Amino acid sequence: MTPVVAPRRTVAELAGAAAAALAVDPRGAGGVRLHGPAGPPRDAWLSALHAMLPPVTPFLRLPASVTLDRLLGGLDLTATLASGRPNFERGLLSRADGGIVCVLMAERLSTALAGPIAACIDTGMAEVERDGFTDRSPAGFGLILLDEGEPDEAPPPSALLERVGLHLDLATLAGAVDFSTASAAEVLAARGRLAAVEVRDADRNAMVATAAQLGVASIRAPLAALRVARCFAALDSRTQLNGEDLALAAALVILPRATRWPEPEPESGEEAPPPEPQPGPDDDVSPGELGDRVVESVRAIVPPGLLELAKDAALRSRVEHRHRSGAEVKSQRHGRPSGNKAGDPRRARVDLLATLRAAAPWQRVRKGGGPGARLVIRRDDLRVRRLVSKVGTTVIFVVDASGSSALQRLGEAKGAVETLLAESYVRRDRVALISFRGTRAEVVVPPTRSLTRARRLLASVVGGGGTPLAAAIEVARELAVTVRRGGGTPLMVFLTDARANVRRDGSGGRPDAEREAGEAARTVAVEQLGAILIDTSPRPSPFARQLTALMNGTYQPLPVADASRVASVVRQAVEG
Amino acid sequence: MRHVYPFSAIVGQAEMKRALLIAAVDPGVGGVMIFGDRGTGKSTAVRAMPALLPAMPVVVGCRYGCDPSANGLRCSECRDRESSGERLRSHRAAVPVVDLPLGATEDRVVGALDLERALARGEKAFEPGLLARANRGFLYVDEVNLLEDHLVDLLLDVAASGENVVEREGLSLRHPARFVLVGSGNPEEGELRPQLLDRFGLSVEVTTPTDLDERVEIVRRRDAFDHDPAGLVARFEHADDQVRRRIVQARKRVTTVDMPDAVLRRASELCLALGTDGLRGELTLLRAARALAALEGHRTVTDAEVRAVAASALRHRLRRNPLDDTGSTARCERALAELFGPAS
Repeated sequence: MTPVVAPRRTVAELAGAAAAALAVDPRGAGGVRLHGPAGPPRDAWLSALHAMLPPVTPFLRLPASVTLDRLLGGLDLTATLASGRPNFERGLLSRADGGIVCVLMAERLSTALAGPIAACIDTGMAEVERDGFTDRSPAGFGLILLDEGEPDEAPPPSALLERVGLHLDLATLAGAVDFSTASAAEVLAARGRLAAVEVRDADRNAMVATAAQLGVASIRAPLAALRVARCFAALDSRTQLNGEDLALAAALVILPRATRWPEPEPESGEEAPPPEPQPGPDDDVSPGELGDRVVESVRAIVPPGLLELAKDAALRSRVEHRHRSGAEVKSQRHGRPSGNKAGDPRRARVDLLATLRAAAPWQRVRKGGGPGARLVIRRDDLRVRRLVSKVGTTVIFVVDASGSSALQRLGEAKGAVETLLAESYVRRDRVALISFRGTRAEVVVPPTRSLTRARRLLASVVGGGGTPLAAAIEVARELAVTVRRGGGTPLMVFLTDARANVRRDGSGGRPDAEREAGEAARTVAVEQLGAILIDTSPRPSPFARQLTALMNGTYQPLPVADASRVASVVRQAVEG
Repeated sequence: MRHVYPFSAIVGQAEMKRALLIAAVDPGVGGVMIFGDRGTGKSTAVRAMPALLPAMPVVVGCRYGCDPSANGLRCSECRDRESSGERLRSHRAAVPVVDLPLGATEDRVVGALDLERALARGEKAFEPGLLARANRGFLYVDEVNLLEDHLVDLLLDVAASGENVVEREGLSLRHPARFVLVGSGNPEEGELRPQLLDRFGLSVEVTTPTDLDERVEIVRRRDAFDHDPAGLVARFEHADDQVRRRIVQARKRVTTVDMPDAVLRRASELCLALGTDGLRGELTLLRAARALAALEGHRTVTDAEVRAVAASALRHRLRRNPLDDTGSTARCERALAELFGPAS
């Protein structure tokens, strides 16, 4: 296989190819993560896919708020009441066998729901042990994750991202794009030919090496890519894969997962490279070389914009926060429902439906056949809602790294972050760190519970320069709002002497800088975010106190701050 | 019939495979926790276990899979049958490897009132749950870190006591539930509470292989399995047979394997050096080393076996030190190197 001579594809053409692959082999491809806002391009893609699927294919839309018993099945209330004996109703997943399951707002899907869906994808069966029933039913489907998440939001559950082979980003498209690449009849014919498509050792070597070169660790990625490549061959009525199949599949499956970028090629390699005739069979070529060729081909066929995007993502993936937001705690009174349990309705909210379910099978016995009797519900039947609410305070340290005393202060902040992280292991809190100096503020440690990660990132913080306080407050506020949107409780802890002297636009001047800092502080109060300001100046500074008041926060002068005192101040705020 | 990916066809992952085999030889080591990246064959390995395990004798008609041997544990039903003069017959049945589906409700795990019988005949009867089905076998919980805490507590309690005590819906009974609990999970998605972690006998870490040839081989075998499952199963049948024979032999041998005092002392030294809490680590370490010696056909446990299982038995029992970011595996390695000399 030589690097392919193939026309460069547009984003729309790539997306169309992905739809065709998914239509030919929904289970093999695993599915698709469709990133981008709701809008005409996304609708157009979905209807193009719809048009390619054989008419009877089940197509299930699943809101992210679906409940576990709808998903998996459980006691059928109506049938149970009518027949007087327990009746089982299968869940939504079993209805999707051979078709497509499409999760709306997948970034909101909880891991508790992601687990069972992932298990279905792995085994092709829905296995249910619920409400006294044991049930197994075929449930093989391709999964579409409609991901509307912003870049700084937590992505859909990784268990699912891992299993859907194709990753598409439609955010750059506008309007109703035409994605159709094959007709339903062609897809049907390709399905028939799929089993005959042969994957040679060289193809496998090439795909595995491609994944290795782009730093994709999971073995599922090259497996999915090979299955996708087979779909392309089947659509093209071939029984062997060609370079273009491999390159397309790699562009759709491997490239979006890249965490590494191989050395840049000379410019000439970007344009269609001259086809060199290969004397011998590909078996003589080392896997590494085969991988190079696929990577090169990918470069040749994807639009440059997409390439840049993937490169950026690969670089960012080292900093990207991959942790799902805070742990969930069970609570009696508030939170979102998460199943039910037998319990006392005086201490928690009654789950009426579940109570009826528990009582339903008994009705015939309890009524003793008396006609017209109402439902007989006993205390044992009562079910109360089990609620979970996200807690986990996220403590956002905002550390002044400006000026001469920066090193000392940074040391304290680092110590405090580590101490709190060690404690947060028990309390399930998260910690983030923003440092500001010179002209800007940046998030050094995104919210994390991982001590190792935080330590690594902390080590890279250096001090010196001016004090851009307004920018710092703004960055902190944005992060705090993001944390809150994810269900967490943010708490900002500023460690600064509040000597603001850099404006938001980077220019100097104390009065203006202080005015802007004041304005920024007011927005914190408007958002009702928790804030503590730890004044690290030698003598308590009036401006620091004033700023804290504007933020509606807590002021704490700490001229000789040390890590353990900072930690204890924060601890009080979190627990108090 | 559905084919299952054969155990012997799993490429690499020696530590995980070894831990599972140790648990198969001596269920007393107390469960295996597998931590690791996605797509590293955690579930594949556990689901391949049934094909490896030799069939066991089971009392005919027993819902809990009771052991018919004279000193075997009996459920109340079997005891009643025996005391009423019935001679229990036995047959051979496959060792259960029960997969706990995510989203399972407590009534199906523990067992609950049999609704059908209660309604149709007015009888108060117990419908056994997954714990009963797993008796004398394995219970596998994928993504154990995502399971609700009360269910994890319950599983660990039962796994430790070997008995399921049911007090619900007016039922009050207990039945044997001895099983090896195997959990798997990805620590990036939520850690397991340390007190739960400690109750797993062995803990192994699996990582994605980085060697290109190894990765190609994984993809090749997986591909082969997707296209012709029966073919791949047949190809590894012989290898699986050999593993099965090793398990059978090791089970016979394990009680007689000799544990010299010098090895005992070494194990204690190692635990002291690592500062593991409590005796559980040390006991597990010795049991696992003995099972491994039996698997390898030795009559005596040597330093080599202790060394081989030390990380699995101890890494999850080390105290966390926030100021030392060395991974627990590395700390185990270091202590081992100090005690036994550099790794060969």
